[in-house]
Amino acid sequence: MARVIIEVVGLTAGFGDDIILRDLNFKVYEGEIFVIVGGSGCGKSTLLKHLIGLHEVKSGRILLFGKDITTAREEELMRLKQEMGVLFQTSALFGSMTLYENIALPLQEFTTLSQDTIDMLVKIKLAMVGLEGYENHFPNELSGGMKKRAGIARAMALDPSILFLDEPSAGLDPVTSAELDGLIKKINRGTGTTMVIVTHELESIFSISDRIIMLDKSKKGIIAEGRPKELKMYSPDPKVLNFFNRGAISEASRKGYKG
Amino acid sequence: MKNFKFFLYCGIHHNVPKEGSAFYSKTEENGNTVISLSGNISLFTIEEILLSLREILKEEQPKKITIDLSKVEYLDTSGALLLVRVEEEAKHSGFTLEYINMDQKIKAMMGLIDRDVLMTPQTATEKRGPGFIERVGEETVSLIKNIREVVSFGGELIYETLYSFFHIKKIRWGDVILYMKKVGVDGLPIIGLISFLLGLILAFMSSLQLKQFGANIYVPSLLSIAMVRELGPIMTAILVTGRSGSAFAAEIGTMKVNEEIDALITMGFNPVRFLAIPKVFATVIVMPFLTLFSDISAFLGGMLIGVAILDLTIYTYIQQTIKAIDVFNILISLFKSMVLAILIAGIGCQRGFTVTGGAQGVGNATTSAVVAGLFLIIIVDSIFAIVLNYI
Repeated sequence: MARVIIEVVGLTAGFGDDIILRDLNFKVYEGEIFVIVGGSGCGKSTLLKHLIGLHEVKSGRILLFGKDITTAREEELMRLKQEMGVLFQTSALFGSMTLYENIALPLQEFTTLSQDTIDMLVKIKLAMVGLEGYENHFPNELSGGMKKRAGIARAMALDPSILFLDEPSAGLDPVTSAELDGLIKKINRGTGTTMVIVTHELESIFSISDRIIMLDKSKKGIIAEGRPKELKMYSPDPKVLNFFNRGAISEASRKGYKG
Repeated sequence: MKNFKFFLYCGIHHNVPKEGSAFYSKTEENGNTVISLSGNISLFTIEEILLSLREILKEEQPKKITIDLSKVEYLDTSGALLLVRVEEEAKHSGFTLEYINMDQKIKAMMGLIDRDVLMTPQTATEKRGPGFIERVGEETVSLIKNIREVVSFGGELIYETLYSFFHIKKIRWGDVILYMKKVGVDGLPIIGLISFLLGLILAFMSSLQLKQFGANIYVPSLLSIAMVRELGPIMTAILVTGRSGSAFAAEIGTMKVNEEIDALITMGFNPVRFLAIPKVFATVIVMPFLTLFSDISAFLGGMLIGVAILDLTIYTYIQQTIKAIDVFNILISLFKSMVLAILIAGIGCQRGFTVTGGAQGVGNATTSAVVAGLFLIIIVDSIFAIVLNYI
C-alpha cells in the first residue's frame, strides 16, 4: 500500500460560532489524485484552506507526512509548506510581477541556485504548462486558462510533493477545462506528485480522480468515499447518486446495487 | 340574454409587444358572466384589468365567471400572476371561476407561478436596526478589536524589523528602492508646491501684523521656526499619508482580495516581512528628506514675499533664518518625521491586511488608513510637543 501523505483525524472546522465541517476523517496516499467533491457551500474550499494551513482548526489533527500542522512550530511549518504547492481559485498570481518573477520568486527565496539555473527552471516549468515564451508577460495579459496554467507552474516551482488545486476548471470553457485536466494528469503521472483537488465539475472528476470524498452541507461531513465510477453506479446514498447522475437518480443502478 | 361588449384601453400603443393594449368584452348568460380577454396581458396592462374585473364582481356579484383566453396575443409572468390572483380571489369570495381556451403557452407560463410563495406572508426585507445600547456595544467591541489588531500588528512589525536588521541581506532591497521612488521622488512636486505656497502665505499673513510694529525683520524667524518645528514634518506626513499610506492599504488589500496573500503564506513567505517591511523601510528612509525639502520650499516661498514685499535682502533673509533655527531643532524635526513615517506606512499596511470582502473592503481600508494615519500624526505630534517642552 502506498504511503499516507495526508491524514485528517477528527477535523472540525468553521468560522466563529459556525461549524462548517464536523469530525472529518480521511487519508490521502502518495501519488494519487484525490478529489474533494460536493455541492456549492458544502465546505470544500474551507477544507482545502485548512489542509494548507491557512485557517486554524476548531479541533482535530491534520497530519502532513506524519507531522501535525495544527501544532507544528513555525520553522517546521515553513518547511512543510515548501513541500506543497497551491493553485488558488483565482490563480493568485502576483499582479505586479511578470510570469518569470512569479515562478522565480520561491526559487530565489528558498534555494541557493544560481541565476542561470533559476532561469532554466522557470523556462522548463513554463514549457511544462504550455506557456513557453510568456516569461515577460504580466498576469493581466493572460486569459483565464493561461492564468490557471501559470498558477500551476508557480505551484510546481519548488517541485512540491503535494499539489493542492482549488477548483482548477472554474470559469473555463469545456475545451480549456479538458486541456487543464489533461495537464494535471500529465504532471501527476510524470512527477508522481500527490494531488488534492477541489471541484464539482463532473467531467473532471471522472477523467482525473483516483479517489474522491464527497462532502455534504446538511451532514457537515463526508457522505461518500471511493472511486467515482463505482459511487455513481453503486452508492447506497441517494444524494451521492443524485450528484453523480446530474440530479437524475438512476433507478436501474440503485436496483443493481440492491440486487 | 344580455350582451354587453365594452373595450378597455390600457397602456400606450407601442411597437414593443409588452406595451400593447388589452381589451375585454363581457357577455352575460343566465347569471353567468363570460369575459373574453384579448390583446396583451402584461406588466403595463394588468392593473387596469384587475380593477375592471373587481368592479364587475362588485356590481354584479355573479355566481360563475368564465374567462375566455382564446384571443390573448401576449402574456408574461405578470399576466400569469393576474390570472392566478383572480383565481385565488374567486376561491375566497365564493364564486366559481373557469378559464377556457387556455393554450399551451399560457399554461406553461401559469406553471411558473409558485402559488405557495404567494400565500406566504412577505418576508421582512427591512431589518429592524439595532437599538442604541446595542449599537454602542457593537461599536465598542469593534473599537477594542481594532485596537487589538493594530497593537498585534505593531508587535509583529517591530519583531520583523528587528529580524530584518539582523538579516540585512533578506530585505527585499529592490522593493525598498521602488517604494523610495514612489513615496519620495514621486511625492516631491506636490510637497514642494504645497510647502512653497504655505511659506508664502505664512510670510504674507504674518507680515501684515508685524508690519504694524515695524517688525518685518522677524518674518523669516517666525516662518523658519514654525516650519522646522511643526509644519514641515506635519505637512509632509499629511501628504505622505494621502499619497502613500492609502496606496499601501489599497495595494495590500487588493492582494488580500485576490488570494495573493494566501498564496504567499502557503509558499512559506511571511507576508509582513515580504510586503510591509520594504514599504516601512522605504518610507522611513525618505521621510526626513521630504521634510527637509518641505522646509526649504517654505523658506523659498517666504523669501519671495520677504524680498518682493517686505524690502528685505536675500542675505538678510537667510541670515535671520539661520539665526532663528539651530541644529537641535532640525534633528528633532527629522527624528519626528521618521517616527511619523513608521506610523503612516505601518497603519497603511495594517489596514490592507485586514481587508475582507471585495472592492468595497479595499475602499474602506484605504479611507481608514488615511483617517487613522492623520489621527496618529496629531497624537504623536502632541506627544512630541509636550515632551520637547520639558527638554
